[in-house]
Amino acid sequence: MLGDSSRRGVALSTTSTVVVIAAVLAIFLLAPGSAQVRHTFFNPTDMWRSFVGDPKAGYYSVGAALWLNIRMFIAAEILILILALAVAVVRQSTGPVLLPLRVAATVYVDVARGVPLILIIFAIGYGLPALQLTVISDQSAAVYGVAALVISYSAYVAEVYRAGINSVHRSQVAAARSLGLTQWSSMRYVILPQAVRNIIPPLLNDFISLQKDTAQVGLLGAIEANKAAEIYSSTVFNYSSYVVAAILFLLLTIPLARFTDHLIRRDQARRLAGAAQ
Amino acid sequence: MGRDMGLTSEVPAPGPDGSEALRIEGLRKSFGPHEVLRGLDLAVAPHEVICLIGASGSGKSTLLRCVNLLERIDAGTIWLDGQAITRPGVNENLVRRHIGIVFQSFNLFPHMTVERNVTLAPMKVLGLSRTEAVARAAELLDRFGLGEKRADYPDRLSGGQQQRVAIVRALALRPRLMLLDEVTSALDPELVADVLDVIRELAEGGMTMLIATHEMGFARDIASRVCFLADGQIVEQAPPGRLFSEPSDERTRRFLRRIVDAGRL
Repeated sequence: MLGDSSRRGVALSTTSTVVVIAAVLAIFLLAPGSAQVRHTFFNPTDMWRSFVGDPKAGYYSVGAALWLNIRMFIAAEILILILALAVAVVRQSTGPVLLPLRVAATVYVDVARGVPLILIIFAIGYGLPALQLTVISDQSAAVYGVAALVISYSAYVAEVYRAGINSVHRSQVAAARSLGLTQWSSMRYVILPQAVRNIIPPLLNDFISLQKDTAQVGLLGAIEANKAAEIYSSTVFNYSSYVVAAILFLLLTIPLARFTDHLIRRDQARRLAGAAQ
Repeated sequence: MGRDMGLTSEVPAPGPDGSEALRIEGLRKSFGPHEVLRGLDLAVAPHEVICLIGASGSGKSTLLRCVNLLERIDAGTIWLDGQAITRPGVNENLVRRHIGIVFQSFNLFPHMTVERNVTLAPMKVLGLSRTEAVARAAELLDRFGLGEKRADYPDRLSGGQQQRVAIVRALALRPRLMLLDEVTSALDPELVADVLDVIRELAEGGMTMLIATHEMGFARDIASRVCFLADGQIVEQAPPGRLFSEPSDERTRRFLRRIVDAGRL
């Protein structure tokens, strides 16, 4: 009986999926401007040309430009993990001496979360060079872009850390302190390791978002994948390069998304096993 | 002269009576408008085993948490080996090295193996090397029948084993005083005996202990003195034989009658 009904379920879901895809495809292909859209967005020749690039013709390789996105992502991610942890620990501190730091951290989180990323990118990317300072004003667009991403994302990630710290039961703090561990040692050896374990899925979620937001650094002129696609389209007047960039970003983010799902499932299984005991 | 010199040097600072392991005078503690401890007094001689009994909410746990400085007291003084540990400026981390506490809900660190649970404080607090800390842990775990669980994580252990690990974790700092806060209340009945055996062994070894418990039979068996808590004070204290058979205070009588009616004595 059960086998029958589950087989019917699979058949039903397969049929409905095929029908929906066929309908969407039919609408796309039968639309009055279909041929035009397919030519400007999905032209295989243009897609290949934009992917490999041709500097002599005046455009860059979208594929090669993605390497800059990856580098910016990795650099930003490492810095975010460190800065956000510092902000979270300061916000969680209780000592009266640290009050000014606590206020500063709170203001930072409020501001950095409230201002759109694109404005932070402009403020850093155009503001710092205009100051005409040594070193600080002489960086590349990619460096300013990473700085802006770090400022914006650390505020979010700090709050994720904080939620993780609060998710560890207070009795763990009591147990640690009762053994004579200092407040810092309790945080370092007992609270943070458990907190980080609890927040890995939401952290990865933020990093999926970070991966694609590296595209916004192109606004400062850095030749990342999205900027390379834009240059191609304005040189050749064909938008297929954007589709190439989109596909490349998907190839980056989907594995991370599946990995996140896997971790969430594993965590659930572990919790269930723990509850069963 | 450092203000907490008495707790770091070998020479004990003068207290009300240097021969007492623990002395509590006029201890008060409120949570909001609710005053849990109302001027509690208690003196404990070295090697004494004190069982604290009383209804839920009578302040047994709060008393133990105050002694370990996990709660900030409102008034009164606590002396450990003649040194006032509730003075302002006392380093609470130094005090806690000398006072082990075991909780009702074990509170083992779930992300660490049994061995790491036991070696963490000796390494980070006492500054022992890993080798020394591991040796100390192995000796204690073996002594309490937990040698084979060294590499396991706490969630693989039974409640009784977890609680015994929690006791070993506290003992690894070689405390002068152990506080046990209803350590068998969260255990299945068949696991209680193992944990009580461990406590009995500690008592026989001369450990000074303050034990909050609902196990009246155990208290009668092990305590050198039983203290009955009610209304935020110790209203009656006596050797177990006398307190259980001829309680003098009406509140003690009422409490014991309820315990007997519940079939727990």
